[in-house]
Amino acid sequence: MPVERLEGFRTAKSDAGSKEGFKRGLLLTKLDRAVSWARKQSMWPVTFGLACCAIEMMSTGAGSYDLSRWGMELFRASPRQSDLMIVAGRVSQKMAPVLRTVYDQMPEPKWVISMGVCASAGGMFTNYAIVQGVDTIVPVDIYVPGCPPKPEMLMYGILRLHEKVRTEGRIS
Amino acid sequence: MDETGRDPLSVTELRQETMVINMGPQHPSTHGVLRLLLELDGETVLSCRPIVGYLHTGIEKNTEYRTWQQGVAFVTRADYLSCFFNELAYCLAVERLLGIEAPPRAQVLRVLFCELNRVASHLVWLATAGMELGAISVMLYGFREREGILDVFEAATGLRMNHSYIRIGGVLMDLPDGGLDQIGDLLQMLPGRIREYESLLSRNPIWLERNVDVGRLSAEEALLWGVTGPMLRAAGASRDVRKDEPYSGYETYEFEVPVREGADCYARFEVRIEEMKQSLRIVEQCLERLREPGPVMVEDPKVRWPAQLEVGPDGIGNSVAYVRHIMEESMEALIHHFKMVTEGISVPDGEVYEPVESPRGELGYYVVSDGGHRPYRVKIRDPSFANLQAVPQMMEGGLVADAVAVISSVDPVMGGVDR
Amino acid sequence: MTPSELAERIRVRYPDVIVARGEATVVVDRERLLETLEDLRRDEELRLDFLSSVTATDWPGRTPRFWVAYELHSLAHGHRLRVKVGVPDEDPSVPSVVPLFPTADWHERETYDLFGVVFDGHPDLRRILMPEGWEGHPLRKTEELGGVNTRFRGAFIPPVDRRTT
Repeated sequence: MPVERLEGFRTAKSDAGSKEGFKRGLLLTKLDRAVSWARKQSMWPVTFGLACCAIEMMSTGAGSYDLSRWGMELFRASPRQSDLMIVAGRVSQKMAPVLRTVYDQMPEPKWVISMGVCASAGGMFTNYAIVQGVDTIVPVDIYVPGCPPKPEMLMYGILRLHEKVRTEGRIS
Repeated sequence: MDETGRDPLSVTELRQETMVINMGPQHPSTHGVLRLLLELDGETVLSCRPIVGYLHTGIEKNTEYRTWQQGVAFVTRADYLSCFFNELAYCLAVERLLGIEAPPRAQVLRVLFCELNRVASHLVWLATAGMELGAISVMLYGFREREGILDVFEAATGLRMNHSYIRIGGVLMDLPDGGLDQIGDLLQMLPGRIREYESLLSRNPIWLERNVDVGRLSAEEALLWGVTGPMLRAAGASRDVRKDEPYSGYETYEFEVPVREGADCYARFEVRIEEMKQSLRIVEQCLERLREPGPVMVEDPKVRWPAQLEVGPDGIGNSVAYVRHIMEESMEALIHHFKMVTEGISVPDGEVYEPVESPRGELGYYVVSDGGHRPYRVKIRDPSFANLQAVPQMMEGGLVADAVAVISSVDPVMGGVDR
Repeated sequence: MTPSELAERIRVRYPDVIVARGEATVVVDRERLLETLEDLRRDEELRLDFLSSVTATDWPGRTPRFWVAYELHSLAHGHRLRVKVGVPDEDPSVPSVVPLFPTADWHERETYDLFGVVFDGHPDLRRILMPEGWEGHPLRKTEELGGVNTRFRGAFIPPVDRRTT
């Protein structure tokens, strides 16, 4: 599967050559790589579909744009059994504490994808009712723009997250 | 035996308290961010309180700060599974305030896309209802058919959801070349598939066990609670805004409104499956009428959206001929375009209430104008908002496992409930 | 019944009726609201027994300030009527119609939440859309739209209601 390698983006191959990897020792870096590879291979999202983006997220998980090819078709309902939260949809003021609670209940390591412009920055709703970007509440790893993003856009965001996990993951 | 003479370990003594369970806003089966507070005695639901508001977006307030045409982009995201219906009701209300009517071809296109949207929305209902009751493969089937319909939407409007296609005075663009054939192919494929899913579920003993006699709501109770749509028609009352107060040319189409007497979840399932078939019938009649060309937007320059759009190499944008017209040929056209886009149209003052039959019931728009360039008040009467009030009555006395069946038969869309 | 026939029939008892754009609207005082709705439901030729929606509009310059609109619909005959009640700013209260139409329950809660119009006799008047403890009533014209001021590369873009261009 082709993966995009961008300018200046560290990949695992150069890790052993870097100073940091040298300090941590060969065994730990190999273990890091193995564990990060395992983590990104089967990341289970927690069901956090809120609004229109949730329908596109369900379409991504369904048959035509299949999330199962990355082992992610199983959306766990319980945050304790998942490691990815895709915030899909607009987060209202009433929902913000719920979002934070669900995020806190997820065990480490956990990642957050903010799907759609409403989750990333408030979207078209700059008003009293919508939180202007979920990164004011939870730390976000990947922002996927769009209103709603096509399933291909979400898949690209997920693949970038996999790349991020694979190359930057640490077990300690 | 304790002091009062009762044996504290006997079974009847232990079952004294009721349990309050929160089926919280984050839940795989509540169709969005609906919160239910259930008081349970064992497995029986004693009382149920729905709590809404977790998706309140302030759409109504936002429309008051934008022009009339920009309002379409806001209201289309209210009930996000029936985007065309929101746009249609809003545009019909504003057109009534203006005193204009969209050209006939635009009306046929509106009916076509609304009925395709109805089928798409019912497919999502079927997919999620099946998944929640255990028939997980129905989820994949429902979304697969929906992809075909969304391909048509994308070819015609540029988007899969939240289209902003139906505009004040008509629709945005005509169908692309080959659009009629694409919809025709869809019409070849869909009826067979819908029959397949019906045969998969309608006599399935597990489906029958979980749906028959669950969530009873008689017609009188439904009317008192303000319930409309498939829930009301499943209880025997034949109410459909398309037949009773036709809009956009619906009186000229031949279709039936399915009514069942069961008043339970299974009757609602039957009504929605039948509605899908009737919608495809309407789509076929629309395709016949689209064979002759015609304008899709009113001619009045004070109302019509000034740009002519076409599909270019990088998507839908202003046509090259139009850009040349406003940039090189006519200064007046440029000024007019600028004013129409930034300032917008001005609508005479007054108020209207425009009801439309959305997949969930009567969707009404109460639009108030004060004569200016911005809406003064846009109130969305959403069908799910009223339908959810009937949920406690349907759920109390039943088992907690039936709560999921009841909610999925109501088919609420929380974007419309909370707006 | 067409809207004009409807208006003629109602004008006898409730003189403040207008017909505009194919719809009939009748304005009543809030003290007579409950008896009016009951009357309209009982009348054999009108039978307006379905309440579609209850909402309010805020006209800050006018007296009375809030105008609560009830959309009524007759299932037997198919006609519609709007009943409007003027509510002053100093005492924004209206009798609740929940005893007559149970569907008004959530509609009135929403109108209270967003406008501050109090419905006397409502069984459970709490906020429904905004979080509990929210201050203010968002849809009033005197309330701001809210949101954030956007700062980007030295430009300052205020929220929508304060933009002058």
